[in-house]
Amino acid sequence: METLRKFERVLEIVEQNGRQPSRLIPILQAVQAEYRYLPEEVLTFIATSLGVSPAKVFGVATFYSLFTLKPKGKYHIRVCNGTACHVKSSMEIFKTIQKKLNLRDGKDTTEDMLFTVETVNCLGACGLAPAMVINEEVYGQLTPERATEIIEDIIQKEATHELDSFGA
Amino acid sequence: MNEYNYITIDNKEVLVEDEKNLLELIRKAGINLPTFCYHSDLSVYGACRLCMVEVEGMGLVPSCSTPPSPNMRVKTNTEEIRKMRKIIVELLLANHSQSCPTCQKSADCQLQILARRLGITEIRFKNQNKNLPIDDSSPSIVRDPNKCVLCGDCVRICSEVQSVGAIDFAYRGANTIVIPSFGKDLDKVECINCGQCARICPTGALTPKSEIEHVWKALHDPEKIVIAQIAPAVRVAIGEMFGLEPGVISTGQTVAALRAMGFNRVYDTCFTADLTVIEESNEFIRRVSQNKNLPQFTSCCPAWVKFVEQYYPEFVQHLSSCRSPQQMFGALTKEIISAQFNVEKANIIVVSIMPCTAKKFEAKRPEFIHDGIKDVDYVLTTQELGRMIEETGLNFSELEPESFNLPFGFKTGAGVIFGNSGGVSEAVLRYTTEKLTGEKREHYEFKNVRGDNGIREIKFNLADKDFSMAIVSGLGNARELLEKIKSKEVHYDFVEVMACPGGCVGGAGQPVFTEIEIRRKRARGIYDNDRMLELHKSQDNPYIIELYSSFLGEVGGEKAHKLLHTHYKSRKRIADEDMHLTYADKEEGLEVNVCFGTSCFIKGAQRIFRGILDYINANGLRNKVNVSASFCFESCERGPVARIGDHVIERCTVDLAIETIKKETEPYV
Amino acid sequence: MNWTLLGLNKIKKDFSLWEKSVNHRVLVCAGTGCLVNGSMKVYEEFIRIIEKSGLHVIVELKNEEEGVWVSKSGCQGFCQIGPLVTILPENILYTKVKPEDVFDIVETTLKKGELLHRLLYIEPHMQKICKGTEDIPFYQRQCRFVLSKCGAIDPEDIREYIARNGYLGALRACTEMTPEEICKTITDSGLRGRGGGGFPTGKKWDTARVQVSEKKYVICNGDEGDPGAFMDMGVMEGNPHSIIEGMIIASRAIGADEGYVYVRAEYPLAVKRMRKAIKDAYELGLLGSKIFGSDHTFHLQVMEGAGAFVCGEETALIASIEGKRGMPSPKPPFPAISGLWGKPTIINNVETLSTIPLIITEGVEKFRQMGTENSPGTKTFAITGHVLNTGLIEMPLGVTLREIVYGVAGGITGDDGHVMSDGFKAAQIGGPSGGCLTIEHFDLPIDFDSLKKAGAMVGSGGLVMMNKNTCMVSVARFFMQFTQSESCGKCVPCREGTKQMLSLLDDIIEGKATEETLEILEDLAQAVQKGSLCGLGKTAPNPVLSTLRYFREEYEAHVKHKYCPAGKCRALIKFTIDSELCKGCTLCANKCPTGAITGEKKTPHRIDPFLCIKCGVCIQTCKFKAIKGDKP
Repeated sequence: METLRKFERVLEIVEQNGRQPSRLIPILQAVQAEYRYLPEEVLTFIATSLGVSPAKVFGVATFYSLFTLKPKGKYHIRVCNGTACHVKSSMEIFKTIQKKLNLRDGKDTTEDMLFTVETVNCLGACGLAPAMVINEEVYGQLTPERATEIIEDIIQKEATHELDSFGA
Repeated sequence: MNEYNYITIDNKEVLVEDEKNLLELIRKAGINLPTFCYHSDLSVYGACRLCMVEVEGMGLVPSCSTPPSPNMRVKTNTEEIRKMRKIIVELLLANHSQSCPTCQKSADCQLQILARRLGITEIRFKNQNKNLPIDDSSPSIVRDPNKCVLCGDCVRICSEVQSVGAIDFAYRGANTIVIPSFGKDLDKVECINCGQCARICPTGALTPKSEIEHVWKALHDPEKIVIAQIAPAVRVAIGEMFGLEPGVISTGQTVAALRAMGFNRVYDTCFTADLTVIEESNEFIRRVSQNKNLPQFTSCCPAWVKFVEQYYPEFVQHLSSCRSPQQMFGALTKEIISAQFNVEKANIIVVSIMPCTAKKFEAKRPEFIHDGIKDVDYVLTTQELGRMIEETGLNFSELEPESFNLPFGFKTGAGVIFGNSGGVSEAVLRYTTEKLTGEKREHYEFKNVRGDNGIREIKFNLADKDFSMAIVSGLGNARELLEKIKSKEVHYDFVEVMACPGGCVGGAGQPVFTEIEIRRKRARGIYDNDRMLELHKSQDNPYIIELYSSFLGEVGGEKAHKLLHTHYKSRKRIADEDMHLTYADKEEGLEVNVCFGTSCFIKGAQRIFRGILDYINANGLRNKVNVSASFCFESCERGPVARIGDHVIERCTVDLAIETIKKETEPYV
Repeated sequence: MNWTLLGLNKIKKDFSLWEKSVNHRVLVCAGTGCLVNGSMKVYEEFIRIIEKSGLHVIVELKNEEEGVWVSKSGCQGFCQIGPLVTILPENILYTKVKPEDVFDIVETTLKKGELLHRLLYIEPHMQKICKGTEDIPFYQRQCRFVLSKCGAIDPEDIREYIARNGYLGALRACTEMTPEEICKTITDSGLRGRGGGGFPTGKKWDTARVQVSEKKYVICNGDEGDPGAFMDMGVMEGNPHSIIEGMIIASRAIGADEGYVYVRAEYPLAVKRMRKAIKDAYELGLLGSKIFGSDHTFHLQVMEGAGAFVCGEETALIASIEGKRGMPSPKPPFPAISGLWGKPTIINNVETLSTIPLIITEGVEKFRQMGTENSPGTKTFAITGHVLNTGLIEMPLGVTLREIVYGVAGGITGDDGHVMSDGFKAAQIGGPSGGCLTIEHFDLPIDFDSLKKAGAMVGSGGLVMMNKNTCMVSVARFFMQFTQSESCGKCVPCREGTKQMLSLLDDIIEGKATEETLEILEDLAQAVQKGSLCGLGKTAPNPVLSTLRYFREEYEAHVKHKYCPAGKCRALIKFTIDSELCKGCTLCANKCPTGAITGEKKTPHRIDPFLCIKCGVCIQTCKFKAIKGDKP
C-alpha cells in the first residue's frame, strides 16, 4: 500500500512541477522526501516523464550530496565537519559514534537500518561547534560522551517501542 | 575600409576572420595547440585546460573560450604555460591505466601523443587509477573507464549531436565517471551503437569492439568458405592507415589484401546497395501511389533504425522495409552460394568490412539469425581490417590492385555513393526519375542533394507530381526533423537519415579522425569513384538484372521479401523491471499493469491508473489485484496501454480498464 | 500615489502606534544557534507563563493595546551564550535562558522592572556584569549596519520590516529612479560583492542593464558553503525582507522580471523564512506585476540547493537552477551577458543584496563613511574557533585583525576553553578559498585588496581563529580535503590536482614525505591555481600556499625531522613513558591493542616504537599522566 501511495505522490510531484526538465532538482528533492532515498525505478520513471535521458537524471542525482540512491537508516546522523567544528575535534565525535554503532568508512548504515552516520560540511551552527544533526534536530556543543548518550537514548527508545508494539 | 582586425600570436600577426575563439586563430596560425575537449562542432566545455595561453593584460586564459579582440597579444609557449601543460598531462597519466602498449588506441591516443610531444619522461605523482571494471557488453563499443580523461567529448557528441544521451557524467570530483544510467551495461540502455563517442574519444576509453580474432579463426578453418563484402565508405579511408591521403580510392589494394589474407571470395556491398535502390525505390513508388506511410524513411543505417524503434515507434511503419545492403548481401550470398556449391550455410562465413560500429549490432539482430546461423557472421570496421593487414605485414600502398569476384562484386556508381550522406537519395532519384517518366536520362548526377549541412531538402517535379525530399545526417538533426513532421510543420515524401554526420564516410569504424576536412576529402573520393565507373544507375547493373530474372523473380516479390526485406519493432530504451505497487494476498491475483512510458504518460496513463485504483478501492479488490507500473509495452503509437490479466488494452480508457477488471475479478467477488 | 504605497504607509503608521502602546517586548532569538539550544521552548514558555501570570500576552501585534509582546527574532549574533532573550524597551539581554528561567524573568523584570542578575552576561576579563548590548564588548565594538534589523525584528512579520522603513528603497527605485540612476548610485557607493572576490556591484549591474534582451534574471546567491561561515544564513533567517527588497531594486536596475533565491539545503530554517517572506511580499503587492503602481514586474521564488559547495560559483549555480549537474562553465560569456537560459543574469550574494536598500535609503555618503576608500561599507564575519566569543558580527571594512580578536572576540582560548594570552597562531579567513593571517597581519586593515596581497581573501567572511596548539599542515590538509571532496570533477587541474595535493599532504602528515614533496606540492599548487576553470579550483590551493608562505618551518619540521611542532600529527608522535611518573599499574599494557607496552607490575613500563600504532589509547588510560606523545 505504501509503495502505491508513494508512487501516486511521485505522479503528483511530477505534475506539480509541470513536467519541466529544469525542475529536476526540486522534483528529486520532493521524491526523496517521500521515499527517503531515490529508488532506481522511480528515477527512470522521472526521466521518462520529463523526456530527459536516464543517464542525465542519474548524473544529477549522484552529483549532489543530499541525494542518496541507497536507503538511509531511520536515524540519519550527520556530524558537522565544517572548519569551526573541525578545529573543535568534530572527527572525534564522528569516530566515537561510528565505533559505538559498529560502522566504518564505506559502511555508513547499521544492519538494522536504524542509523546512518555521515559527515556534513557545515550546518551553520558554528557558534555551537562541534555540532551534529539527527534527522531534523540539531545538537550542539558536543563531547564524545554526550554524543554516546544521545545514541544510547535513541537505542533505548527504539527498544521500548519495539516492546510496546509486541505488547500491543 | 580598414576593418581588418589583427592579433599577435607568438610575435606573428594573424588576421581575425570569423573565428569564434583564440584557439581557432592559433591553429590557423599553424600552432597545434593541444586540446582534449575542444571540437568545433560541439559546445565549448573548457575542462582540459591544455589550451591555456597568455594574453597580455589578462594573464593565463583558456583559448577555447576566449573570443579574440583587436590587438590582443598572445603567447602560447611561455615557461609558465609549458610547465602547466606538463603538469596537466602528468596528472592525467597518474590517473590512467598503464596498459598503453596493448591498448587498441595506442597509435592514435592523444594522451600518448601529447606525453611524447611534451617530453614527459616521468610522472611525479602517485598512480591513482582505480582499476574499474570494463564494460564490453555492447556488440559495438567497449568502455574502459580506466582510460577516461573525462574530457566529456563522448557525452556531448551523444547528447548534442545524436540527441541520445546514453552516457553521461555521474558522481563528482575525483569519483566522476562517464557511465550509462545507474552504471548499467551499455547494451542495456538506449545506446544506438553509432560509435561516435568512440570516434571522438581521445584515448582508449571508448573503442569499437574488435572481432578480429573470430575472423582469423574462420580464415584458418579449412571447412569454411569465407566471403568478404566491402562497404562503399571503406575504400576512401582505409589508405589513411597506410600513409595515403584521405579520399584516395584503394579498392584494388583492399581486395588484394583480403585475398592474401585468405578470403575465398571478395565482394562489394555496393552490389547489394544497387539492389536496395531497386527495392526501396519501388517501395517508394508504391507508397506514393497508395499515399501510405509517407514520408518513407531509409533503413540502411542500423543506428537510425534503432533510434526510430526507441524514440519514435509511431514512425516505425515509415521505415523502408528493405534490409540494409549489408544484410541483403548476407542473406543473398548465403542462399545462392550454398546452393551453387552445395555447402551448408553454417560453413559459409560472411565477413563485412564496414565504416561502422552499429553494423556489428545489426548483424546480431534476431531478425537476421535463422536457426542459429547469422546472415552476416562478423563485422570488421575499417580500422580492424587495417590492423589485420598490418599484422600480415603486407605493404598496402604497394599492393597490385585486384578486382572483386563476380557477380556480387559488380556495381554501379549508385551503389558507391551510399557512402555519403545524400547518396541513397541520389541513387533512388537516378532510378525513380527514369522509372516514373519512362525515359532514359543522360545525366546521372543530382548535385542538389549533395552537401555538408546536417539537414538538406529538395523539391522536384516528376511525371507531373511534386515531391519533396529531406536528407539528414546526425540523429539530433533527425530528431528535429521528426518533431517537425510530427507537428505537421513540414511534409516530405522521402527522408534519408544517416546517424553519423556526413554519412558513412564519417562512421565510427573509419580510421581515427576528428577533423571535418578529412571526412570531406573522403566524400569527394566517393563521388570521384562514381565518376570513374562505367555505370551509374542501379537499374543498368547487368548482374542485378540477371539476379532478378534468374533468381529473385519480381521486384518486391515473394523471394525478394524473404531475403531482402525485414520488419521492425518498438523497443524499450532501457531494460527495466516493472514497479510493483500493490500485492494480492494470493499468488493467483489479477495482474494489472499500466504503461508509464513517455508516450502513454502523455496520453493520460495517469488518469487510467487513478481510475483503476479508485475502482479497486471502492470494490474492496485491493488484495486481489497486483498493480504495477511498466515503462513500455512497445506499442506506444497505440497508447495509453494497460495489461489486465491476459488482455492488452490499447488506446485504453478508464471505462475500458474497469470493465475488463470487472470481468476478470468476477470469480473472486 | 497608489494603493501599495498607501498600504505601506498605513502599515507603518499603525504599527508604530500599536508598538507604542505595549509595555514590554520580549524578543526570543530564533536563529539556528539558539534554536539548537532550545529557544523555541523558551518562547513557548514565555507565552504560557505571561498568560498565567495575569499579564496580557501579545503574539501578533494588531491593535493598540497594553501588554507584553512576545516575538521570535533572527540571529542576535552571540550564539555561544544562547538562547538569547532581549527585553525592550529596557534593552536587557538575558543569556543562556532555559524554560525554567522564564518564570523569574516574568516576575522580576516584566512585573517589577528589575534585573535578573543571574542571567546577565559577565564580561570575563573584568568580571563586569553587562545589562545589555550597550555594555557588552562583543556588541559595543561592532558596527551593525546590514545586521541592524537582524535580531531586532520579527523576521516573519513583514509589517515590522515595513515599520522600520523597509521597502522604502524599493519604492524609490521603482517610482523615482531610472535604472541608470540606480546603477550609478550603486557604482558611486563603491559597494563590492560580499560573496568572495569583491567585484564592484554597480559595474556588474550596469553590464546587465545595457544588454538588450526580452528576459533577464536576478539571482540571490544564498549557497553559503564555506565551512565555518554562517553570515548569510543569519541574514536570511533574521531579515529576509531586506534581501527581497535588494532584489526588487536590482531587478528594476537591470530590467529583470524574474528572480531566484538559491538557498543552501543545509539551511532549512532560512528556506522556510525566505519562502514565507516572499509569500507575504506577494500578498502586499511588493512582488508580482506593477510594483508600486510602476510598470515594473518582478517574480521571485526560492530554489533549494541539493548539497554542492561548487554551486556557490555563479555558472554552477545557474546550471543547478537549470536542473543540471552543478558544473561551472567557462567565462566569458559572463552571466551578466549570458546567464540563466542564456539570458543576462546578475548573481549577488545575500549580504550584498541586503546592503542595497540601505544604500538607497540612507545614501551613498553614509555608506562611504564606513570602511575604506576602495572597500567602503561594512562586512559581516562569522568568528569561530579558539576564541572566547564566537558568533555573527559586523565590522567596517578596514578593521584590523587585532580589533576583531581582542576587541570583539575576547581573545584566544586554549584547548580547555580558557583564555590563553599570547595564544594566537593564525586566523583562517575566507574558508577553503582563503588563506591564513598571522600575527604579522594583526594591524593590517582587512579589506578586499590588502587581503589579496597577503595571499588570503575576504571570501564570504568566515573567520576561524586558531591557537598555538594547531598544526598548520593539518589545517591545510583539512581545507584540501574539503575542496577535493567538493570539486565538481570537470577540469583536470582541480579534479586531479587537488587529489594529488591531498595525497602529498597526507605523506607529509604521515612522515612519508621527502624534500622533493614540498617542491612538487608547490609546483602543483601553482598549476591548480592558474589552470583551474572556476573559482573553486583557482582558490583551492590558497590554504596550502598561504600556510607554506607563513608556516614553512612547520612543513619542514614534518618533512625533514618527521616532527609535528604542534604535536597534532599522530603518525609523527613518539609515544614514551616517563619512568618517574609511571607506577607500573599495567593498565596501559592491558589496553594497548598491539601489545607494544611491556613491563613488570609496579615497575616503569616501556613502549616498543615498532609495535606502537600511535592510537593514543594509553594516554587516555594512564591515570598518572606518565605517557607522553613527544617530539623525537
